[in-house]
Amino acid sequence: MKKAIILVAFLFVAAFLLLAATSMRPFGEPSFADMDDYFIAHTQAEVAANNAVTAVVFDYRGFDTLGEATVLFAAVVGVLALFRKLREDER
Amino acid sequence: MNTGMSVIVRTITRLVYGPALVFGFYVIMHGHLTPGGGFQGGAVVASAFALLLVAFGAAGVKGHLNAHLLQTLEEIGALAFLALGFVGIGTAFFYNLLANSGPLFGGPVVPLGSNSGVFNAGGTLPLMNWAVGLKVMTGITAIVIAMLVGARKEESE
Amino acid sequence: MSMGNLPFVVAALLVVFGIYTFLFKRNLIKLVIGVSLVETGVNLFLVTLGYRTGGVAPIWTFAPKAERMVLPTPQALTLTSIVIGLATTALLLSFAVFIHRHYGTLDAHKVKELQG
Repeated sequence: MKKAIILVAFLFVAAFLLLAATSMRPFGEPSFADMDDYFIAHTQAEVAANNAVTAVVFDYRGFDTLGEATVLFAAVVGVLALFRKLREDER
Repeated sequence: MNTGMSVIVRTITRLVYGPALVFGFYVIMHGHLTPGGGFQGGAVVASAFALLLVAFGAAGVKGHLNAHLLQTLEEIGALAFLALGFVGIGTAFFYNLLANSGPLFGGPVVPLGSNSGVFNAGGTLPLMNWAVGLKVMTGITAIVIAMLVGARKEESE
Repeated sequence: MSMGNLPFVVAALLVVFGIYTFLFKRNLIKLVIGVSLVETGVNLFLVTLGYRTGGVAPIWTFAPKAERMVLPTPQALTLTSIVIGLATTALLLSFAVFIHRHYGTLDAHKVKELQG
């Protein structure tokens, strides 16, 4: 009984996702590209770097990279804290 | 997990490990000129370390790589990235103060359009690439070593 | 259904396969694989959002002669998403190792029944 309900819910979600994917805008024409046109036009003058993606990651949107560095730090501390008990048993 | 793999795998690992490290550092260093940067190059170096761990087993690497030293280096990388964000705090947080000014990565003006790349330019971008590359490299290696040694201790009980 | 939307359909299909895997499988490692599949589908969808027809990579070093460049912002967001997926998978696998050590089994139904 419970498996039947889960199956119906999953089919509903799958149909919704596939319907949304087939009725999206055409592939290859972005709708809102004003911010990215500014980035492409001004990277070499303001940031003085040739790579627009690195300039967006570290200069124009550096705050998101700070959040990502925090997540990676939390993951490393979490894994090393979980396996700490064995290291103390080893000594 | 203790013993590692056969003689063929160990010989090829000894040959491949050096060039893989050099390629990883190249991808980190030239992040502002070619596709790549801190995260991608750090993942390449971490996969070279993981290859070493798989080929020689946990017993062969035990004396050389220490998980706590790697965790300390990762914290130093995170603090360096945060300190580089405070360099241009007079105007804004994460302001690129060193671009187009002075000899330290501010050098000649980058010509517009398609060119062959200027290494001594980019402001705080190459410095942030090194900080993040160190962080990702040591962080992923610390995770892999902690999991491998943890699983080994469970089998020997 | 037009064939021009095929990248979006593939990304949605990956997400559907991932949701099926973590709803209907019992082994804990297979649940982790399902979560990783969903994250892969979302990353692919983000990258295909920023494509311009006939565009080249947004890098000026030895750039070929073309008048349009692909948008750089979705690629930057995908970088962040991949690293967060790595952190989630590492913590999930550590929990799986600990559950196996404590209960002696990796079956999701048996772990739920043994309380304490």
